[in-house]
Amino acid sequence: MSIEYLDLKNISGPLLVVKGVSEASFEELVEITVDEQGTRLGRIMDISDDVAVIQVFEGTSDISLKNARVRPLGRPLELPLSSEILGRVFDGLGRPIDGLGSVFPEMKRDVNGNPINPVSRKYPKDYIETGISAIDVLTTLIRGQKLPIFSGSGLPHNELAVQIVRQAKLPRQEDSEFAIVFAAMGVKHDVAEYFRESFRQSGVLQKVVMFLNLANDPPVERIVTPRCALTAAEYLAFELGMHILVILTDMSAYCEALREISSSKGEIPSRKGFPGYMYSDLASIYERAGMIEGRTGSITQIPILTMPNDDITHPIPDLTGYITEGQIVLDRDLHQRGVYPPISVLPSLSRLMKDSIGEKYTREDHASCASQLFASYAKVHEVRALASVIGEDELSEIDKLYMEFGRAFENEFLSQGKNEDRPLEYTLDLGWKLLGILPREELDRVDDKILDKYFKPRGGVHV
Amino acid sequence: MKFAACIFNGKAGDLSLRNLRTLESDAAVICRINGPVVKARGAAGFRMHETVLVGTKKLIGEVISLENDTATIQVYEVTTGLYVGEPVISTGKPLSVKLAPGIIGNIFDGIERPLKSIEKNSGPFILRGVDAEFPESDVRWHVHITAKPGDKVSGGMVVAETQETPLIVHKIMVPPGIEGVVSEVMPDGDYSAYDTLMKISLANGNNYDLKMLQEWPVRKPRPSMEKLAITEPLITGQRVIDTFFPIAKGGTAAIPGGFGTGKTMTQHQLAKWSDADIIVYVGCGERGNEMTEVLRDFPKLTDPKSGRPLMERTILIANTSDMPVAAREASIYTGVTLAEYYRDMGYNIALMADSTSRWAEALREISGRLEEMPAEEGFPAYLSSRLSEFYERAGKVRTLGNSTGSITIIGAVSPQGGDFSEPVTQNTRRFVRCFWGLDRQLAYSRHYPAIHWLSSYSEYLETLEKWYENNVDNQFMSYRSQLLKILNEEDKLIEIVKLIGGDILPDDQKLILETGRAIRFGFLQQGAFHPVDTYVPLKKQFLMMEVILYLHNKVFELVRNGIPISRIKELGLFEEIIRIKYTFRNDEPERFEELKKTIDEKLSTLI
Repeated sequence: MSIEYLDLKNISGPLLVVKGVSEASFEELVEITVDEQGTRLGRIMDISDDVAVIQVFEGTSDISLKNARVRPLGRPLELPLSSEILGRVFDGLGRPIDGLGSVFPEMKRDVNGNPINPVSRKYPKDYIETGISAIDVLTTLIRGQKLPIFSGSGLPHNELAVQIVRQAKLPRQEDSEFAIVFAAMGVKHDVAEYFRESFRQSGVLQKVVMFLNLANDPPVERIVTPRCALTAAEYLAFELGMHILVILTDMSAYCEALREISSSKGEIPSRKGFPGYMYSDLASIYERAGMIEGRTGSITQIPILTMPNDDITHPIPDLTGYITEGQIVLDRDLHQRGVYPPISVLPSLSRLMKDSIGEKYTREDHASCASQLFASYAKVHEVRALASVIGEDELSEIDKLYMEFGRAFENEFLSQGKNEDRPLEYTLDLGWKLLGILPREELDRVDDKILDKYFKPRGGVHV
Repeated sequence: MKFAACIFNGKAGDLSLRNLRTLESDAAVICRINGPVVKARGAAGFRMHETVLVGTKKLIGEVISLENDTATIQVYEVTTGLYVGEPVISTGKPLSVKLAPGIIGNIFDGIERPLKSIEKNSGPFILRGVDAEFPESDVRWHVHITAKPGDKVSGGMVVAETQETPLIVHKIMVPPGIEGVVSEVMPDGDYSAYDTLMKISLANGNNYDLKMLQEWPVRKPRPSMEKLAITEPLITGQRVIDTFFPIAKGGTAAIPGGFGTGKTMTQHQLAKWSDADIIVYVGCGERGNEMTEVLRDFPKLTDPKSGRPLMERTILIANTSDMPVAAREASIYTGVTLAEYYRDMGYNIALMADSTSRWAEALREISGRLEEMPAEEGFPAYLSSRLSEFYERAGKVRTLGNSTGSITIIGAVSPQGGDFSEPVTQNTRRFVRCFWGLDRQLAYSRHYPAIHWLSSYSEYLETLEKWYENNVDNQFMSYRSQLLKILNEEDKLIEIVKLIGGDILPDDQKLILETGRAIRFGFLQQGAFHPVDTYVPLKKQFLMMEVILYLHNKVFELVRNGIPISRIKELGLFEEIIRIKYTFRNDEPERFEELKKTIDEKLSTLI
């Protein structure tokens, strides 16, 4: 068991190359003793003959080729699990840091998890009411969905995430328990504190499991943090039958850590220096959301990522969008105009909402209302582009109505208070009220039947 | 690169432990593990592309290169926990799929392991080294044997058949390469895939036991007599495809689009409604829930032709993005090989690959781990030849059994950043003849399918023109080009409107804008979730075009005679036209004549 290897050959970035390793497996956890005091953890990421490349989670500073001993632990990185983890705080590798001692495990799980068999998945279709108009009506969140927030630095993504956590509820009351798993990767201490404080204020702190890898913690550790969080989530959801909301912030810091390791390994980069396997790697995180046939629990993921330079085509948001089931995009322009939440409606999308809204789930007019709001607001953008060239006064009557609709949509529909919890019915009615600014002929996404029932033209100002 | 070199230099070391293990069996031993790529020493007897069993858990792998006595193996399962020194066993067979009844209606992973038996053996999570039997030995099929003793048979000839699903008769064929005389046949009855149905005496005097179960290597196209000219369209019930950019049975098409533009939705619509006999749907590196959705929806949906559940003609291959990357690379080949097998029975197959970009990225990932010299954006230099080999397996053929069958390949492409100039889109473009470009702006305004009429094209138009003339209406193609012309003009006018506003355009140009809008909203946009609009027969597509042009031409006359278009717009005729896709059922062609009359009446009030 405790064979130790001393023959260090090379140290570069977070990587350590050890020779003479005979009994170690791929992705096995190793313990590195430095200067006979203090140990660090690492993981074997490449092994050939007797040479092992080890990724050291806590970083390689102070390690020399002479002062360290490497001991394979005979197991992959595992997380001890029991229902006690609720209310606890762990570091990025899943070790308790709240001073309450270690968790007495009921079981241990490999943090890498295993892929869910598509045959065993249950298609998510219970909608979660968040009380946020733009999300409930336009990008409905579904239990078991992975719906990221694409943000930029300085935008209120944390506030939005907190508001979702605080207000999220299922329209159909059930007895099943819920819990929150929060993973911080490379975020500032005060951001983590903000989340903790918000959880405390809404009285859910005892239902939160936190995994914190803060900005000053070693970047390599970040590779494991979301995996620890999801392992905890899987345990709570599929073993204990709870409904789990997982918040992962900030996925951009995670991807950058991935890039850092990849480049110190000397791998061939693909776009913007990120490794070619980043898609698969991100998928191994995001795909750990969902529901399983025959189990009660669910995992809903809200990853937050900051788009470098607000660029949605940057590899991080791009690859994320290809895996997740939609995205909520925040917009700097709306933010600067004082709209909260500054959700950019057009590029935002929820892929799972199509099967979970409508008569049996929300209200019969939900899909029509959403689709018409999208279409009309898209037209607002065209009209605005025109107005910026020829001036608003020169617009046709219809186009002026669109300008008015656009303003009302942003100020009344999108904008809401940070503590305002709007019922879905209210939001839908509000949507129809705003659509009433436009003449009926302009509403081409809606069936006549629905229009007859819900469309209310604004006090006879028809053109 | 620096590190890799250093690892190779450190080959000499204490080999005692591994030698000990090697003595236990003759197998090769693992000497390097790097993600899904494993190297094994002592593999001088291994062949290229043969299947090997890696490690004590017998993970499935494939030899992808050989150097001295070291084999490089891509492993189709997760390699975590594998030790250097574990054995690698050769099977002598290339990576192959098992061909037998039971494929249709089933769902497999990328190397044809049935996911339902994996679930039975390992629960909801896919564990390493799990066994999955296909075909199941306890399933029996009622087989009718058509060959008689004394018949001369050769590869591809149908010698027996069984009803695989109510929709599909599974024809049991002599495997390609086998030729001889039937010496003994079993009576009709219930047999498992492993039972011998007949004996064939070969020219060399040996006997060949013909069973339902046959194998074929995935990377080798199944032979056919000859490729035939393409003549018929694959009818999909989607207006923008059938009318504007049709694809032929045996053709190839690509659907490129950034995330959220509706690639998967379009693929699902095609899988649901296209008039192929069998659909092979390969979910390659995509979302788990999308496959679950197919599994949930298809058994409930009915085929418009036969009224039977769609699942009875569908084969699913699911290698989701969290499943091992090497199996993702193989899944495309597994899919096309199954398609070829059914093509050889004389069926028309449509293969949807969603998404070929994930497959290309799997190639890139493996290539990167092999430290190959990359070409564009890290993709290997052989990307384009692999793509062309894949798309070349489409086509209409005369089979060895002298019937005709076809494979249509429709590949989704997920360009990075939605940028069509990236290598996978560009290389795909060279090998497909139909290009359905999805547009982000259209998707943002929820115009679905977001296939852009100006960036898309179909090279099958000329080939299929005759078919449309004979089977729908001889005006079909002329109407199509008239609509497209209006859309083109509209596009140019919109550019002007963007600069100066629409009010000052002359009335005839305003009419173009109105008709363009009617075409876009009333014809091109199609509601996948609307019970009537989700599938539209060609006849209705034609009538819709006709009535749009009818209105356009009538109004054009009026406008030319000085009647202001604003008055014509007040009649609401354009709005009515936009709604016919919902209000007219697919079996009500007579209502189009009535609508024309209404148009005449309403317009006559203005004169």
